[in-house]
Amino acid sequence: MQKPPRPLPQATPETKEYWDGLKAHELRIQRCSDCSEFYFFPRPFCPSCHSQNVAFQKVSGKGKLHSYVIAHRGHPAFDAPYVIAIVELNEGPKMMTNIIGVDDPTPEKLPADAAVEIVFDDVNENVTLPQFKLV
Amino acid sequence: MADSTALRHKTAIVGAAETNTVGVLPDYSQLQLHAESAFNAVADAGLKMSDIDGVASVAPAQLTEYLGIMPRWVDGTSVGGCSFLIHVGHAAAAIAAGYADTVLITHGESGRSRVGVGGFGGGASTIGGQFEAPFGVAGPPTMFSVPIVHHMKKFGTTEEQLAAVSVATRAWAVKNPRAMMRDPITVDDVLSSRIIAWPMHLLNCCLVTDGGGALVMVSEERARDFPKKPVYLLGRGENTAHQGISSMRDMSVWSGAAEVTGPEAFRMAGLGPKDMDHAMFYDAFSHTPMYALEALGFVGPGESGPYMAEMHTAPGGDFPMNTNGGGLSYTHTGMYGMFAIQEAVAQLRGESGERQIDGIETSIVHAPGGMFSATATLILGNQ
Repeated sequence: MQKPPRPLPQATPETKEYWDGLKAHELRIQRCSDCSEFYFFPRPFCPSCHSQNVAFQKVSGKGKLHSYVIAHRGHPAFDAPYVIAIVELNEGPKMMTNIIGVDDPTPEKLPADAAVEIVFDDVNENVTLPQFKLV
Repeated sequence: MADSTALRHKTAIVGAAETNTVGVLPDYSQLQLHAESAFNAVADAGLKMSDIDGVASVAPAQLTEYLGIMPRWVDGTSVGGCSFLIHVGHAAAAIAAGYADTVLITHGESGRSRVGVGGFGGGASTIGGQFEAPFGVAGPPTMFSVPIVHHMKKFGTTEEQLAAVSVATRAWAVKNPRAMMRDPITVDDVLSSRIIAWPMHLLNCCLVTDGGGALVMVSEERARDFPKKPVYLLGRGENTAHQGISSMRDMSVWSGAAEVTGPEAFRMAGLGPKDMDHAMFYDAFSHTPMYALEALGFVGPGESGPYMAEMHTAPGGDFPMNTNGGGLSYTHTGMYGMFAIQEAVAQLRGESGERQIDGIETSIVHAPGGMFSATATLILGNQ
């Protein structure tokens, strides 16, 4: 059976800067200019203090493994087992991603709070996805 | 803040029933499941469908069309499995306000056979389509389960403790002739069942079934005139906090329950965790009721793992929980919350057969909608 395509994102006006950043191999997330919090996913106001005084900023792309599952029965576009993870960026926000580069992933290979960093995956000419690897 | 205690004990459930059977029902459309449970609940209350003047359902327009009724109050809250708990709270306020006298709340879901059901999912430009779908999430096992590894890391919660939830719940299902899974299981059985999304094995995951359930609610003044023992609404709480699991505020705690629905429901009821004789804590996966136990204050943060391993909630334990066999072993249509309410009502009426808890006066029903996204709590009593 042929594999279906991986689901790909479609940017919206308030998220375009984020996806454009990934295409340029930069992780750009928003920071509130009033309360200084970084936050994710993109929206035109700070979800913490509700200020609209916010701006995108390039961040390190480094963080730690916050939580995850190892999907043995998952999306048909993916080769199981694969890791669906929540990464906590050094700047604070958490985001969903995959941990790549771990052959036959097991819990032993994925220790809690492991250091991770971003890998820019150019899926096609329009979309680059943020993936992470252990460092 | 306005005070909801005025609505304590002001309304009651006087009709409650499920579909004639639950399980694998390919001969029923989803709407038929709504309708059969609705007619059963109305009959249980000794009423006719034409007596109904208020309706709550996740799709009320479809339901009223199908049933051919014209309610003067409707609620279409649709936030997943806890929607029906929220409907109960809303119905209480509507009855007290005079918006309706006799409210019908229904659930029907062809979750397994998918007869007369729309498609799943949203588009690629939704928040989920952009920030979760590209990473291969594929249904609840790969989303709902995501927080538990953080809980394991923070508190030392183990796979064996998660398995104990399934074992305790199955022990109740053994006593329920309507349950889909009735063979006793052990911790080893759970851990040796195939991995779905580690740390969740097959036996840590709820069933996928077809079925329905419905309730009839009226004011406390009218409640004594019905055939069955009234089950009073003492407290309720509701909340939505996020949609996607990646936006869960703190992956070690069910914030909606800890901060909003638990305090709200206990305050309205004038009761606390120690006053609860019985609990129905929605078990989509083994970890779901563990998060409920902690967030609602039945155990301290991080203590649910050892607590479950000690089998307090199993038959013979001091805190009977999920006594119908739960979503893990009884039935799980997709939005299971209605079945949790049904079992609480059955226990409070003394209708639970071999699994009946003696002397029960209170029950707490608690459920998530989506991926810990929405939350609702009900406190019910029979005095």
